[in-house]
Amino acid sequence: MQSFDLETEGLRALNKTLHAQAETTNQTVWEITNPKGSHAIAVGLDAPIEVNVKGSTGYYCAGMNKQATVHIHGSAGPGTGENMMSGKIIIEGDASQYLGATAHGGLIVVKGNASSRCGISMKGVNIVVQGNIGHMSAFMGQSGNLVVLGDAGDALGDSCYEARFFVRGAVKSLGADCEKKEMRPEHIEFLKDILAEAGMEAKPEEFTRYGSARNLYNFDVDNAGAY
Amino acid sequence: MKDHDARGIPHTTPRQSATFSQDVNSDIRRAAATGIYDIRGGGAKRKVPHFDDLLFMGASISRYPLEGYREACNTAVTLGTRHAENPIELDIPITIAGMSFGALSGPAKEALGRGANAAGTSTTTGDGGMTPEERGHSSKLVYQYLPSRYGMNPDDLRKADAIEIVVGQGAKPGGGGMLLGQKISDRVAEMRNLPKGIDQRSACRHPDWTGPDDLEIKILELREITGWKVPIYVKVAGARPYFDTTLAVKAGADVVVLDGMQGGTAATQDVFIEHVGQPTLACIRPAVQALQDLDMHREVQLVISGGIRSGADVAKAMALGADAVAIGTAALIALGDNDPKWEAEYNALGTTAGAYDDWHEGQDPAGITTQDPELMKRFDPIEGGRRLKNYLKVMTLEAQTIARACGKNDMRNLEPEDLVALTMEAAAMAQVPLAGTSWWPGKDSM
Ligand SMILES: Cc1cc2nc3c(=O)[nH]c(=O)nc-3n(C[C@H](O)[C@H](O)[C@H](O)COP(=O)(O)O)c2cc1C
Repeated sequence: MQSFDLETEGLRALNKTLHAQAETTNQTVWEITNPKGSHAIAVGLDAPIEVNVKGSTGYYCAGMNKQATVHIHGSAGPGTGENMMSGKIIIEGDASQYLGATAHGGLIVVKGNASSRCGISMKGVNIVVQGNIGHMSAFMGQSGNLVVLGDAGDALGDSCYEARFFVRGAVKSLGADCEKKEMRPEHIEFLKDILAEAGMEAKPEEFTRYGSARNLYNFDVDNAGAY
Repeated sequence: MKDHDARGIPHTTPRQSATFSQDVNSDIRRAAATGIYDIRGGGAKRKVPHFDDLLFMGASISRYPLEGYREACNTAVTLGTRHAENPIELDIPITIAGMSFGALSGPAKEALGRGANAAGTSTTTGDGGMTPEERGHSSKLVYQYLPSRYGMNPDDLRKADAIEIVVGQGAKPGGGGMLLGQKISDRVAEMRNLPKGIDQRSACRHPDWTGPDDLEIKILELREITGWKVPIYVKVAGARPYFDTTLAVKAGADVVVLDGMQGGTAATQDVFIEHVGQPTLACIRPAVQALQDLDMHREVQLVISGGIRSGADVAKAMALGADAVAIGTAALIALGDNDPKWEAEYNALGTTAGAYDDWHEGQDPAGITTQDPELMKRFDPIEGGRRLKNYLKVMTLEAQTIARACGKNDMRNLEPEDLVALTMEAAAMAQVPLAGTSWWPGKDSM
């Protein structure tokens, strides 16, 4: 395992070193000490490496990630995993706003709670949150899945497109054009798999599915108030 | 019509209202019939103080001119010298503004790249992401980072020669975009991760940052991802140019792109285009002042857009302190947009050449603002690229002609002292004397 002290070596050196890891690297496991809430830790990675961050992170940790697994042993700041393409992010603590914003792929797992706008404009990522999520989550969500074992705040899925939301607890309110949907066998199957991948114990049958009512897909004057 | 009634009382001349003009009434009838606000492309059509209201004084006994064909007048500019390892070197101070693939066809984007290349300048992606046509044909390509993040991915980001974080567009400061279902082809839908045929709304605000302190961190993230190699521009609408420029510079921008209210758009509400934002002319001096107050004028470059049409406009923007300009609408016209040769077809669409602005509907007779394969065939990207190159050359020669006449051996040596204004409004906005006087409104309070 490679160890990297962020405090002494600095952010530029860290990201440069991680970017230098190619597809074929044999230095696959990294440990970052003293993150101390720094921003832009391990951003733009593009190799199948594992990065363990020993503490809490600031904005945009693992932003635009491809392939890598980034494990945050603490809480994560705003925009963690923004625009991720593939790979995995595991957050042991809580996640701040905009978790996984616009992310296209991969899996984000939060052991604690996620704040407001979790999964905003998500474009294919899967996000699993063990606790609760805040208001306006998955605003304009385009595709992918947001799975919440706890409760969701106000205006879940406002103006969403084809993203799917599975919530086990209560939903304080649904956003414009988001509605409750029927749970079909394929959804139970999907939940079984994703919960197993996220390492979480929950019965798929206890979840409710939400998604787009598709009433705002083409402008209709009778819905003008909802835009 | 008789000029008097049966009793011999004269008729008054029918009089149109200045307030309820025929144009206004047609807007009211359209609204009443549809229940939807009017969406269109292009920029503000109302008349606002503009570069036409400024004149250069030229040479005189105290200022001698440079010889037109003999003495050099530099037009090259370098953008992004502040932090980037690889700044963008341009042969001419005129760049091609960001226009989305989706709004424009693939071949139109290719033509913009070809023309810009041949003229030695950069072109810019837009909402919807980077296409291979565009990357392949543009040697200097600026990658826009927009609120919608449609088509945004780290591979394309790393292929870019510069990154432009779009905060606002002059046509719609504070507004998002709209791409109507008619233009969502399979390819456009796939690039944007959305279903085909639906109306796509583009967000008006970035999903993962708000405010200047966040912007600084966002810029840091983008620099870390791209290894501090490429310049980062911040594009703002002409809203609060002094403060927006100050905040962009403080957040770490290498280049500020400032787009005034006449700036074009692919599609937004007409009410937005006509009633929100400040004229380009009114934005330049406050932005330059902000740079000067921070001791960053020329260190952070200022690119001005919104209604640039000719070499005279280029020279005037630069005399007011810009380092370069960007063009959108003018580039499309050079490619063949709104050409009278399609008049019969414009008429069939209920409009006329020069006024066609329903770019969002995808029925462009010139085959430029469309995704319809049949209409696209009408547009030849090689010919289009050649026309754009010619136009950029002419603008550059015009701007040089003016600069030489003012005795400047570099375009960027043009200065406000070379200008006078024709109207009080332009004098106040540009802070140059009203022609024939040594005064402009507000001068004494400065
Ligand atoms: C068809 C079209 C599409 C545009 N798309 C974008 C875009 O995707 N992103 C953006 O920042 N600006 C966009 N713009 C605005 C231009 O980048 C630029 O600010 C404007 O065109 C400059 O004003 P001008 O048209 O008067 O030259 C678009 C403009 C046009 C005409």
